[in-house]
Amino acid sequence: MELNISLRCKVIVGGSASGRMLVTKQPINFLSSVDHLMGMITDSNHELYGQCLKNSLLVFPYAVGSSVGAYSIFALKSNGVSPSGIICTSKTDITTASGCAIANIPLLELHKDQDIPEIDDFSEAIIDGESGTLEIKKV
Amino acid sequence: MIVHLSRAEEEGLDGKFGDSISIAYKLLLSIGKATDAERLIPVDWVHLSGVNYNTIGDAGANFLTKFSEEARFSVQTTINPMGYDAHKQNNLSSKFKIKQGEIIKAYENMGSVPSFSCTPYELFQLPERGHNVSFAESNAAVMANSVFGLQTNKESSLSALASAVTGKAPYSDLRMSSNRDSKIKIKIDTDLNSELDYGILGYFAGKAVKESCVSFGPHVSNIDMYKAKSLAAALGTSGSCGMFSNKEIDGEAISFGKEEVKSVMDELNSNESGEVIALGSPQLGLYELELISNMMGGKKFSKKCMIFCARPIYEKACSSGIAQKLESAGANIICDACTCLSPLLTHDEYDGVITNSIKAAHYLNKSNRVSVCLSNIKSIIKEYTK
Repeated sequence: MELNISLRCKVIVGGSASGRMLVTKQPINFLSSVDHLMGMITDSNHELYGQCLKNSLLVFPYAVGSSVGAYSIFALKSNGVSPSGIICTSKTDITTASGCAIANIPLLELHKDQDIPEIDDFSEAIIDGESGTLEIKKV
Repeated sequence: MIVHLSRAEEEGLDGKFGDSISIAYKLLLSIGKATDAERLIPVDWVHLSGVNYNTIGDAGANFLTKFSEEARFSVQTTINPMGYDAHKQNNLSSKFKIKQGEIIKAYENMGSVPSFSCTPYELFQLPERGHNVSFAESNAAVMANSVFGLQTNKESSLSALASAVTGKAPYSDLRMSSNRDSKIKIKIDTDLNSELDYGILGYFAGKAVKESCVSFGPHVSNIDMYKAKSLAAALGTSGSCGMFSNKEIDGEAISFGKEEVKSVMDELNSNESGEVIALGSPQLGLYELELISNMMGGKKFSKKCMIFCARPIYEKACSSGIAQKLESAGANIICDACTCLSPLLTHDEYDGVITNSIKAAHYLNKSNRVSVCLSNIKSIIKEYTK
C-alpha cells in the first residue's frame, strides 16, 4: 500500500526537488565531515557515516562548526554530488541557509509542530518550494 | 515572518547596482528568512573566513575569482589565514600555490585588509561595545560576542561576504539583546585548570547546546586569553552556539564532569605522542607567546615545533625579543596560516601531531586525517623540552 505523508515547512530557498530521504538526528559539520568531491559522509562518529549525499533529500537538524561549511555546500553542488534538496528539522543555521542560497539548493525548515515519521531508508520524497511542503512516499 | 527591505535594498536585490550586490542581497534575504529577521541593519566591520585553499577548494576559488570581478567591499573587511607563510620555505605543490594566489587576488580586488588572521580581535581597534560586526570564523564570532561585547551572529563565509559587499546584516538571533541572555547553563562538576580543560568544556557545550548562547557561570569570569580563546574556538567547532556568558542563571542545566571530559578526549585524543608539536588554533597572541617563552626557561624543544601567529604579532614578538627566544629554542614561527586545516600538517608527512588545541585536534583528526596527542601547554613543555 502506498501512503503519502505531507509535512508543512517554511521555505528558505525556493525550488522543487525529489530524491531518496537521508535522515539523521545529528547535526553536520559540512567542512570536516563530508568529502566534497565524492559527496560522502566521512566522519566515523556520524550516524550517516559512509552515506552519499548525491541526489538525496537530506533531512537533518542544523549545521555545526566551521563557517566555511557554506563553501562546502557550494562545492558539493559544483562537483555534482550535492543533495537535491535539504530540510532542517530543528533550526535553519546561517551556514546551511547561505550555502543553499548560493548553490540554488531548495531548502525548507520543518514547522515546529511537524515531525518526520519513522521511515525506511531510501523512502522517496518531494520538496515543493512553492507551497512549502515535504511529501514523503511511504511504500 | 517577512524581511522588510528599504527601497535601496530592494533595488540592490533587483540588480540595479550590479550582479554581485544582487547576489549579496539574495544571500542576506535567505539568512533573514532562516533566522526570522524583520530587517537588515548596518555593520561596522566584517571578518571573512574562506581564504585557505585547503578549505574552499576549486569551487570556492573559482566562485571568488568571478565574484571579485565586480564586487567591492563597503566596510572594513579583514580576512582569515591562508594555507602557508609566503616568507618561508615549504613543499606545497605549485597548483596549491597558484590557486591560493587566485583567492588572495580575489580578496585583494574586493578591497580586503590582508590580515590573514583568525584573531582579528587582537590586531585591530575594536568598535565600542554594543556595535554590530559580522564575523565568520567561529572563534572570532564567539570572542566578539562573549569577551568584547560586540554583536554578531555565528556567520558563515558567505553570509559575511554578503555583509562585506552591502554593509548590512539581518537583525536576528545574537544581534537582538533578548537572545543574548542565555537560557541554558552548563553545571561544571570538575576542575578547570589549563587552557585544554577550557577547550574540552567548549567542545562538550557546543554539542550539548542547541541555543545560540550558553552560560558557564563564574568559571569563565576573569580567565586569561589562552583559556578564553581555547574555549571559544572549541565551542564554535562542535556546535552552532555563538556566545558564552558568565551569568548565573536559573533554568535548565547540563552537567559537565569527569565522564564528559573523558568522552571528548576519547573522540579527539587519538595518539600517545607525535612527531611535531603544533601550537596555535586560534593563532597565538603576544600573551601566549610570552607565556610559552617564560615556561621554556631557556630549554630547547626536543621535537619539531610549529607555532602559528598573525604577522603583526610576530613583528611585535621580534621587537620584544620573545620571537628570537622561541626560535633559538627550536620553534618554527609561521605567520598568515594556522594549524586548523593547514596543508603543512598532512598524514603523508606525520603520523601524529601534539597540540593543546581542541579545535586543531578536531580538524586534524577529521579533515587532515592525522592522529592527535592532546596535552596542555604546561605538560607539552615539560615533556618535550630539554
